[in-house]
Amino acid sequence: MADTLLEMRNITKTFPGVKALNNVSFEVKEGEIHCLVGENGAGKSTLMKVLSGVYPHGEYTGQIFIHGEEQVFRSIRDSEKAGIAIIYQELALFPDLTVYENIFLSNEICNGQVIDWNETIKRANELMKRVGLDVNPAAKIKSLGVGKQQLVEIAKAISREVKILILDEPTSALNEVDSENLFGLLRDFKANGVTCILISHKLSEVIGIADKVTVLRDGQTIITLDAQAGALSENEIIKNMVGREIENIYPKREHIRSNEVVLEVRNLNAYNPAVGRELLKDINFHVNKGEIIGLSGLMGSGRTELAMSIFGNPEKYKVDGEIYVRGKKYAFTHPNQAIDAGVAYVTEDRKAKGLILIQDVKHNITLANLRQLARNMVIDEYRESEVAEEYRQSLNIKTPSIEQTVGNLSGGNQQKVSLGKWLFVKPDVLILDEPTRGIDVGAKFEIYTIMNRLVQQGMSIIMISSELLEVLGMSDRIYVVSSGRITGELSIEEATEEKIMTLATD
Amino acid sequence: MSSIANANPEKSPTFFTNIGRVLSENIREYGMFIALFVIMGFFTITTEGVFLSSRNIVNLINQAGYIGVLAVGMTLVIVIRHIDLSVGFLGGFLGAVAAISMVQWNLPVYIVIPMIMGLGILAGLLTGFLVAQLGIPSFVASLAGWLIYRGAILVVTEATGTIIIANKAFNAIGNGFIPDILWANLFPNIHKITLVVGLVAIILFIISEINNRKQKLAYNFEVLPMNIFVIKLVLISLIIGGVTWLLAGYQGLSWTAVVVLIVGGVYHFITTRTVLGRHIYAVGGNPEAAELSGIDVKKIIYTVFGSMGMLSALSGMLFAARLQSATTTAGVLWELDAIAAAYVGGVSAAGGVGKVTGSLIGALVMMSLTNGMNLMGIGISYQYMVRGFVLALAVIFDVATRNRGK
Repeated sequence: MADTLLEMRNITKTFPGVKALNNVSFEVKEGEIHCLVGENGAGKSTLMKVLSGVYPHGEYTGQIFIHGEEQVFRSIRDSEKAGIAIIYQELALFPDLTVYENIFLSNEICNGQVIDWNETIKRANELMKRVGLDVNPAAKIKSLGVGKQQLVEIAKAISREVKILILDEPTSALNEVDSENLFGLLRDFKANGVTCILISHKLSEVIGIADKVTVLRDGQTIITLDAQAGALSENEIIKNMVGREIENIYPKREHIRSNEVVLEVRNLNAYNPAVGRELLKDINFHVNKGEIIGLSGLMGSGRTELAMSIFGNPEKYKVDGEIYVRGKKYAFTHPNQAIDAGVAYVTEDRKAKGLILIQDVKHNITLANLRQLARNMVIDEYRESEVAEEYRQSLNIKTPSIEQTVGNLSGGNQQKVSLGKWLFVKPDVLILDEPTRGIDVGAKFEIYTIMNRLVQQGMSIIMISSELLEVLGMSDRIYVVSSGRITGELSIEEATEEKIMTLATD
Repeated sequence: MSSIANANPEKSPTFFTNIGRVLSENIREYGMFIALFVIMGFFTITTEGVFLSSRNIVNLINQAGYIGVLAVGMTLVIVIRHIDLSVGFLGGFLGAVAAISMVQWNLPVYIVIPMIMGLGILAGLLTGFLVAQLGIPSFVASLAGWLIYRGAILVVTEATGTIIIANKAFNAIGNGFIPDILWANLFPNIHKITLVVGLVAIILFIISEINNRKQKLAYNFEVLPMNIFVIKLVLISLIIGGVTWLLAGYQGLSWTAVVVLIVGGVYHFITTRTVLGRHIYAVGGNPEAAELSGIDVKKIIYTVFGSMGMLSALSGMLFAARLQSATTTAGVLWELDAIAAAYVGGVSAAGGVGKVTGSLIGALVMMSLTNGMNLMGIGISYQYMVRGFVLALAVIFDVATRNRGK
């Protein structure tokens, strides 16, 4: 039996208001491929960030051992020295630098302070051969496809003495051929004694390659399963990922059965020319009046891209397809047209894309509908204050005054300001992208209550969410998105966590 | 009275703790005024009062005028996280075009002024096109403009050298004063209209402040304690009154000052009270959020650069009128003076923050330095250094007070 290479013992990591990891223990044997699975927010990435020194020693409690020796990582550099290399989902390469420059970035081969480029290129060639990358080492990263970029990342990782290679969702952007190549490479590494930790949502892949599978849920280790020789089924993994009672945090509401279609999307395709990726394929769905539609799916499945493509396409994707709002066909070219047609979108990233943090509550709430408050383009500040005050009260925004800078509010209250801004637009269809991400349970309950009130008043809501329980607790109908396609539609009666997860990992 | 005034009642705040609190809470806003007073006081002492003489104050305002106008436009450009380096030579070039159209083409002044401003808008929109439509960084786009307009000035002044402008009406913009028609026999040495204008300004200011305060109290917003509020009213009224008195003692309000006051007033109104103004600051505060809130960010960029071009044209005409001629060197370093004035006036390089009025004060601070040092007979080489130090100090002060707020 192989030795234990890595052991993480009783790791606890808290963020303000959230316990991301609660007493997690995790053990990896030498030379195995160990998969880490779990829902979004289960704590997988946080655990790997603890391991790789992104969260330095002292910011978490618990111990890390490598070969039985306790490790203290104060920075990423320390973990690299101990032989840990991590490759993130979002590749961290420099697109305008060459392959060999990227491989040896921050690990340059020098004579004194001068870089030895000949030696660098020679060594880069060797590494590229090892990972099966057959391109000119002087090619720029941006000229390579995603699969090859990933190989550059791996070459970079193994350019140092690497004992543990961590891959976070390596195949999420890869096609099947590239994925298969990558797994072949990982098996080679295994044969050469390199240990891999793989985070993945694609369970079929996990079963195909893993020696061991550890399931995390809500920041806790649930189980470590032996996966050798295909002895493990997807169902067993899913059961462990979700198995939990629906907590009573979803306020009750009668499910609406209306046949009045408010929003309909037909044959929508989207392509991102900036990165040359197909985002959405043949999307068809509709939303009825007074309904909450749950748009479920894992991160990166295309849910936000779908919302963006409907909401005036601010990211300038190439979109084709038909969008109908209350029976009228629209071709939006800017969010303001979507807003005028009665569609509103509350972003998942309220700090970067939702709010103007340096401005006050009042200005943020009225921003999307200032014309309503203006006569001859001059703003009536009395009415503006009244409106802001009204939303402060109806949404229970906890702030000393509506003149408080939004950046000083808590996450939950920021989310309410963001919501207030879009309610003031008085939309027919409200798209909520991860409406409760990063806010505490009390604020979540308030947001849910507000959502229920809105649909009772006749608004329709599309709720994008990674949390299965939230989707099951709030929706009237559910669409599941995976890899840019809608893989299924479920009524609330037939929907279960297992069914959604199966469709989402399809 | 003071019981109403204290929106957040504390244990009987004394006058001095009030002053201390208000000062420290608004140090960024008041810091600039304090700096201006210190600078003016310093020069008044070192020049034995010459600095604060009627004649010099009029001179100072006329000198600061063209930079002030540019600084107003530059404020908005910096607020939306861009920069425009082309404004100086664009102004200089358009000033020369104005001169040519009057001198060589014999166009009347009431056609020349709107025409030049129109050309300025076109030039600004062109920069806006490069920035908004083609995505070229504004630094580079406007640097190209800087070179092009620099060359253009040389082209149009090449044949004749300096173009002398003989049009009296045009030159009055830079040198003239508003006429004094009231009571011609009463106090012949005092400019009565100027006094009336000053008085009206004080009354309007007090009324608007009191209304504003009432409105804020009605919404339970925090307001200044009553005693501080009164002091603020009295102080600002005194300043307006004092400046008016000084101006009235010479030849009264100059047309340049009128132009700057109108530009400042209009832009202050647009930025603080209109939808357009709110959209500009939203784009500066967070362009992505603004776009997702339905604001057409490109349109805002066009508008701001277009306005910058228009103000460059106005600035160029103010300068040409002041010199009564168009010269080859018009426009040199104006853009940097305008940018410096905006930064001294509290505009944030990070975007979304900055007031038009602040930049005007900033322009006055910078011009006071030049003017005062000239009176003291300090050489130009040291003047540059002193202005550099003041700019650095202003920005350090700004950053320090900003960080403290967090």
